[in-house]
Amino acid sequence: MKKVEAIFRHIMLDDVKLALDKIGAKGMTVTDVKGAGKQRGYTEVYRGSKLTISLRPKVKVELVVSDDLVEEVISTIAGTARTGEIGDGKIFISDITEAVAIRTGVRGEPAIN
Amino acid sequence: MWKRLSVLLLLAVIMSLAVSAMPAFAGDPSGLKTGGKDAYDALYAGKSVKDAIGHTAVALNFVWVFLAAILVFFMQAGFALVETGFCRAKNAAHVIMTNFVIFAIGALAYWAVGFGLMFGGAHGIASLGGVAPLDGLFEVVKGWGIFGTKGFFLVGGAYDVGVFILFLFQMVFMDTAATIPTGAMAERWKFSAFCVYGVFIAAILYPIYGNWVWGGGWLAKLGSNLGLGNGYIDWAGSSVIHGVGGITALAGALVLGPRIGKFNKDGSPNAMPGHHLPMAMLGTIILAFGWFGFNAGSSLAATDLRISVIAVNTILAGAAGAITAMLYVWRRFGKPDPSMTANGMLAGLVAITAPCAFVGSVSAVIIGGIAGVLVVLSVLFVERVLKVDDPVGAISVHGACGIWGVVSLGIFADGTYGAGYNGVRTAVKGLLFGGTQQFYAQLIGAATAIVYTFAVAYVFFKVLDRVMGIRSAREDELVGLDIPEMGVLAYPEFEYRGADDDFQRQPSREIAE
Repeated sequence: MKKVEAIFRHIMLDDVKLALDKIGAKGMTVTDVKGAGKQRGYTEVYRGSKLTISLRPKVKVELVVSDDLVEEVISTIAGTARTGEIGDGKIFISDITEAVAIRTGVRGEPAIN
Repeated sequence: MWKRLSVLLLLAVIMSLAVSAMPAFAGDPSGLKTGGKDAYDALYAGKSVKDAIGHTAVALNFVWVFLAAILVFFMQAGFALVETGFCRAKNAAHVIMTNFVIFAIGALAYWAVGFGLMFGGAHGIASLGGVAPLDGLFEVVKGWGIFGTKGFFLVGGAYDVGVFILFLFQMVFMDTAATIPTGAMAERWKFSAFCVYGVFIAAILYPIYGNWVWGGGWLAKLGSNLGLGNGYIDWAGSSVIHGVGGITALAGALVLGPRIGKFNKDGSPNAMPGHHLPMAMLGTIILAFGWFGFNAGSSLAATDLRISVIAVNTILAGAAGAITAMLYVWRRFGKPDPSMTANGMLAGLVAITAPCAFVGSVSAVIIGGIAGVLVVLSVLFVERVLKVDDPVGAISVHGACGIWGVVSLGIFADGTYGAGYNGVRTAVKGLLFGGTQQFYAQLIGAATAIVYTFAVAYVFFKVLDRVMGIRSAREDELVGLDIPEMGVLAYPEFEYRGADDDFQRQPSREIAE
């Protein structure tokens, strides 16, 4: 099993959810995050003083999928969330050693299907 | 179908009978027949026509002052929303609490002591029936009143309908002044020390200067004593309320010091945006709404039709201030900052508060427009030059523009109103209309406001700081004052982050099961 962690723009969230649902990747956890990579922040003036925002709001979607689904999930998310501008985001993949469904107690791949 | 038809026919018959029967009930739908001689006989039985007219006029004025008082009371909500919106979420419960409870503390302190000191000698207000019981004024020398000596706790002779309506009106004005420093001193003012301040400003600081201007004291008598126009005039309180409030705010903010993180080592300021701009804008609109009561109500008379001019001048000055502030900020910083636009409207309203009864609409727009630019320049000056931290701009909106307001009266008053004001026969005229004496009177009153208020307030805060400390603990300020000082979060369902996440402060006490 692999964990797919995708950080991208808020406005893409609905499209990504729909697209993932279509390919059968059900279930995800979504958090609001702030971050920066190559994308610079911006400077405004508030009541005469400079205000620098260097961390931009993004959305983070985490899902745990079986190994055979990973590549399809990656290309779906990347394809849907891409705009071509700096700040599109990143996807990170990590190994998951165990998954447990709380309601049934089932473990392993059956727990994430 | 026949059943349905016969039901409809029955309804039609009943309705026509009802309609045709109506004239028999003999009401008065046009109002032309209600309240003539019969009302006079019923309400003023045995009284003369003069009695009836006098009573009715005073009654009309009582209703007017009452309406104005509740409008000004509602300004407390305006202040609460503006200040809370301009401060950070972690302090929201604290900021709104100070704005809320200042009203209660001030009301009681003013009832007990302040009103008597300010209006103890205020008899002679004809529009409210004379207010005869308030005939105690302490004068160092005849004609130079310093404070009142009657009306404490509103007992004895002060238990009088005229005194009470005057108290109601003046109390809400006092609470407007008292709540101004809560903005400039927000986010680091220890609540217990704030409560002591509340008693002091309502009982001593505000009423003394107020007596000098409105209570028959020496500033008002500069005309009859020294020939300076109609004496020092401040129609609704550009100096008495806003000047005093703003300058007290300056003194307090100086003693308190800036918020942690506001100024860098090289003295450059950091922006600390408010957490709820719509709340702050809504509060500004509520303040503008209440200002109709503030300025027009200060006539203390609905029978004085100048209230129409006052009301129009008020709202035009506010509009002008908003526009000039917006345009100036837009030009200078690139975008039309909503928070400065809101300050601009308030600046215009504050500035017109003194001259509103004595100027025409063109002057009102000019006065408000100048205030809109003045407030922006003042905010920058206070922050960049004086290095004083004022989260909401209270010192600039109320202090700077309040002083501009009383001075502008001495320039723009056009002589169309005010004959007899402060016991001087002639109408009120400013510099542009030949009234140099009035201008001098205004300068004296303004200078007095600045010197008196700053001296008394600064000494008070310094002493209070020595005695109990007026600033919140450093750890409390960093984490947010809501839990440490109030015991509640303003927004418990939302995660919030303190400015310094490294610092974990434990709850101050264990909850017993």
